[in-house]
Amino acid sequence: MIGAAQRAEYPALRIFFKTIAARAYPRVMAANRQKTWLFFDMAFPVVGALAMVLVYEGLHAPRQYLGFVVMGGAMLAFWQNVLWSMAAQFSWDRGNGTLELYVISPTTFEGVLLGMALGSMFTVTLRAAVILVLGSLLFGVTYTAGGTLPAIGVFLLTLSALYCLGMLLASLFLFYGREAWHLSNAMQEPVNFLSGLYFPVHALGAYVGGAASLVPMTLGLDAMRQLLLPGTPVFIPAGIETLLVAIQVPVFAVLAGVSLRYMESRARRDGKLVTRWE
Amino acid sequence: MTTALENVDLRVGQGELFGVLGPNGAGKTTLIKILVTLLLPTSGEALVDGLDVVRDYKHLRSRISMVSGGEQAGYGILKVREQLWMFSQFYGMNSKAARRRIDELLERLGLAEAANKQITGLSSGMRQKMNLIRGLMTDPRVLFLDEPTVALDVGAARDVRSEVQRWMREDPTRTVILTTHYMQEADELCDRVAIVNRGRIVAEGAPRALKESVDEDVIVDLQLDPGTPLLDLLRAIEGVGAASVREEDGVDRFSLLLADDAILPRVMTTVESAGRRVSGLVRRQPTLEDAFVKLVGRSMTEEEA
Repeated sequence: MIGAAQRAEYPALRIFFKTIAARAYPRVMAANRQKTWLFFDMAFPVVGALAMVLVYEGLHAPRQYLGFVVMGGAMLAFWQNVLWSMAAQFSWDRGNGTLELYVISPTTFEGVLLGMALGSMFTVTLRAAVILVLGSLLFGVTYTAGGTLPAIGVFLLTLSALYCLGMLLASLFLFYGREAWHLSNAMQEPVNFLSGLYFPVHALGAYVGGAASLVPMTLGLDAMRQLLLPGTPVFIPAGIETLLVAIQVPVFAVLAGVSLRYMESRARRDGKLVTRWE
Repeated sequence: MTTALENVDLRVGQGELFGVLGPNGAGKTTLIKILVTLLLPTSGEALVDGLDVVRDYKHLRSRISMVSGGEQAGYGILKVREQLWMFSQFYGMNSKAARRRIDELLERLGLAEAANKQITGLSSGMRQKMNLIRGLMTDPRVLFLDEPTVALDVGAARDVRSEVQRWMREDPTRTVILTTHYMQEADELCDRVAIVNRGRIVAEGAPRALKESVDEDVIVDLQLDPGTPLLDLLRAIEGVGAASVREEDGVDRFSLLLADDAILPRVMTTVESAGRRVSGLVRRQPTLEDAFVKLVGRSMTEEEA
């Protein structure tokens, strides 16, 4: 007889937290065992952000623009993580049959997705930190010390909202195949632009900036810039932006939960969970 | 729209090792995917361990497990023990207990030495043993095995089969539902089988009972050198209940179900008239394949084609 019979139906909360830790594990191990990420996920994006700084330098843009780019480059790491390492991951998981095993286990998609997010946090944060520190030191970007703590708070809120949005996007990958890939692609460059990664959102005007505010990064980044970089043109006052991001967190969380359930049900009905590559 | 399953009515008892047998494309995997909550049935009702697969799927999922043939699930960056631990956590298992159980199962399936090997470096046999451990480690009430030995070498397939048998012997409350298109595997493992063809159950019963349905027939394997097509001519002979052929090592191997011995001379005359040369003739005991051929009128290979 092998071990004691397990056969317990564990509480959902216990499974949820264990799933987060378990799903984070492969990401952590991948960072340890495949050092190539240092080159592809760090060196390349750092060069990209620094190139943008050089463009502004060449154009003799005001000094705070260099700070906009450095902060935008840092936030880009998190957005790309949401798009490709979280939302699109379900596509890979479906392709090799792992998604089937998630579905037939008593765990939840939310646990799996949060595990993915948490597992990537080290590498993504490191990438963001390198861009921030290196960019700031190389180009002499200065920040308002008093704004640091509030900015960290806004950053954490923005991160929460972003990852809830990521869960919402991931639900699409439960049902759609290549179509969802196109969506992720479509949400990369346009969102990078609309979020004002390399310039203040104020420049986009009320309508475009307002529409872009649906992505939490737009408001969060703008609020952080206002708090840390004096002279940032105000799109919406930082306090209101923070409040809006705080509202986005539960809204996206609830929407993600509903969408994950709905998409799972549709995928079960239409046989999409058992379709491999498409 | 193609109907994958139609009028399937099955009852599997607790403690049974039940086989769903049929050619590729018969609907076996669709049936399993419905029972493990991956697919919704368009009509009808399915209960597993007393729970409805549509309404009670959340509770059901902690009681079941599934292992498929050729499964590539998981993350190649992980080592065998790590991957198994990861999956155990999705069921909420205590980490320490999970690791102990994983080690015991690794030992039992001869994978202990590969426990710290990265998954990308595993052979297909080792990988499938690891997949089986994943299915067993949570001690499911109902274990679904979907073609678990497909594409495995003889040794690995034997190890998988004997572990399934051992696992069933250990606890009479465990239930296994196995799909396979290997008749011999179903015969060796299953208490009862259902033969499925084109989405319908064509027969159900113990392997011995199904084989007895062809017991009164004379079963002859005829080996012929290549030549003119003969299958339809043989089927047309009165007293030939069923005939099938497969090409193997450059020769045609016919299996014939004859009403009695007196039919054989007529068969031989037809073969000779067609100019075919007989290189072997054996009379043998019935198999589940013969039962399938008699029920369906064609071999599994023909059905798959």
